[in-house]
Amino acid sequence: MKILVCISNVPDTTTKITFSPDGKTFNTAGVQFVINPYDEYALTRAIELKEAHGGSVTVLNVGEADTEPNIRKALAIGADDAIRVNLKPTDAYLVSQQIAYYAKEGGFDLILMGRESIDYNGYQVHGMVGELLGIPTVAPAIKLDVNGSTATLEREIEGGKEIIEAPLPLVVSAQQPMAEPRIPNMRGIMTARTKPLKVVDPVGQDAKTSVQNYELPPAKSGVKLIPAESAGDLIKLLRNEAKVL
Amino acid sequence: MSVLVVIECANGEVKKSSLEAASYGSKVAAATGTSATAVAIGDVQADALTSLGEQGISRVLLDNDSRLHNFVPSAYVKVIAKAAEQENSSVIILSNSNIGAAIGSRLAVKLGGSLATNVVSLPQINGSSFTVRRGVFSGKAFSDVELTSDKKIIAVKKNAVEIETTAGGTATVENFSADLSDADFATAPKETIKQSGDILLTEAEVVVSGGRGLKGPENWHLIENLAKALGAATACSKPVADVGWRPHHEHVGQTGITVSPNLYIGVGISGAIQHLAGVNSSKVIVVINKDPEAPFFKAADYGIVGDATEVVPKLIEAAKALDK
Ligand SMILES: Cc1cc2nc3c(=O)[nH]c(=O)nc-3n(C[C@H](O)[C@H](O)[C@H](O)COP(=O)(O)OP(=O)(O)OC[C@H]3O[C@@H](n4cnc5c(N)ncnc54)[C@H](O)[C@@H]3O)c2cc1C
Repeated sequence: MKILVCISNVPDTTTKITFSPDGKTFNTAGVQFVINPYDEYALTRAIELKEAHGGSVTVLNVGEADTEPNIRKALAIGADDAIRVNLKPTDAYLVSQQIAYYAKEGGFDLILMGRESIDYNGYQVHGMVGELLGIPTVAPAIKLDVNGSTATLEREIEGGKEIIEAPLPLVVSAQQPMAEPRIPNMRGIMTARTKPLKVVDPVGQDAKTSVQNYELPPAKSGVKLIPAESAGDLIKLLRNEAKVL
Repeated sequence: MSVLVVIECANGEVKKSSLEAASYGSKVAAATGTSATAVAIGDVQADALTSLGEQGISRVLLDNDSRLHNFVPSAYVKVIAKAAEQENSSVIILSNSNIGAAIGSRLAVKLGGSLATNVVSLPQINGSSFTVRRGVFSGKAFSDVELTSDKKIIAVKKNAVEIETTAGGTATVENFSADLSDADFATAPKETIKQSGDILLTEAEVVVSGGRGLKGPENWHLIENLAKALGAATACSKPVADVGWRPHHEHVGQTGITVSPNLYIGVGISGAIQHLAGVNSSKVIVVINKDPEAPFFKAADYGIVGDATEVVPKLIEAAKALDK
């Protein structure tokens, strides 16, 4: 089984988000970038499936050279090889187009990625890739098993979950608790250096959206504290002052 | 040119988030001098749809193929794409639900359109430019995004827009069929496992959430009883789900569910940045924590410094005394 895992490079989850004074750009100075947490679930599950059924795991990232440390990290965790499409990922369609092209070229049985990236929160790429390839997408999946040419999945729905059987090839977006992310060990880090990382050119530059500017939400005006002894007063405030009950 | 609103239904009724989408769609239609039509999919009766007129919808296209009672993305996309083509729709409005967002991306490719998810504002329309505001960086910021294709698809975040109601408005309901084949249902669910009795976390107006400060599952009756008294859904922080005190579908935050209720009550939760990411667009945040230095107080509107086991019973008592 050939598995493709798409990873994006995102600011570490604890990053305090700031923008340039004109609001046009995200300040990356001093920010540490990590593999998108949702993508880590996808990556770990892919490696587990390879360990159980054989095959290979390729990671793909659409990004400029500064994403390579995280691609190497994915190789250290257990992916076999990597593709970096040399392009700044500014729009979900733009990214999906690259993934769909290289997914088709590589003849992958399973294309796995996170539910969304924690920076742009688009929740778009999996569906776009599926539609571009003309194959089904299951999103967001909390469980994934493969048996021959059929995948068995659990999909989270509002108020419950569904069990789905779907034919391969298939696009799946991952969500917790699909797998427990792994930390690379020394051996993994050493072998990652020699694993192939291919840099390829983008295919088309067709974006459908353009970010005009960013803004931070207004600061909270401060917390109103109620003494613990008269906790019940809080409920009255929530009804009469905040008007949310 | 017209506006098409996608209506999600469950248990015979229109979901609240779809009423928000309908109100949003009607306003976009008014701003662009056109009308708003809806397409309804799922388990619903025609008479539950006529009242969408109160949200400014003139006509509803209803596909009541029983195979659509479960969500099957490829089939849903086909129905909506056909309706959009028939109505010559240039703007399509969805709710930013699991379903809406999953359809939006496939629809955008099928129609060659631009998509914005997690949208929190009405569009700014200026000549040919069409820009919406959306939440980014897990709720830590907003961005204004221009949709540059002719067709625009928008998934509206829950609780971000008001439901407008004009009493007495009625929509006409027309049967609609997209001539679906079995192949469109290749990923139909084999089995659906529903949580019973609970209020849906993603649709809830009030959420009561517990963290590691609750000490163990044996104290969860505090969270459950407060939720019951307030008609709220229950939630938890990530470590609570990780150790199995609560199921994972209750975990809110950056890697869990994002909620935006009117009221979020966090009990025994520190308010780590990853937790905040999933809850900070709630209208009002209440924090109960015994540590006055807990970071969550910085994001809170109201707070009580105290032990959950002493404070929560008082809240339950006061909530029960509220006349509903
Ligand atoms: C990549 C990544 C993603 C993450 N995603 C999420 C996420 O989606 N959601 C999430 O929640 N977390 C997430 N986390 C974890 C997050 O960083 C915190 O560890 C977590 O939110 C802490 O949960 P907690 O507040 O319940 O527990 P703690 O940090 O243990 O805090 C417990 C709090 O309870 C208070 N307390 C103790 N006893 C009492 C009492 N008797 N009465 C009242 N208060 C009491 C304490 O003062 C403390 O503030 C993520 C972390 C990482 C690295």
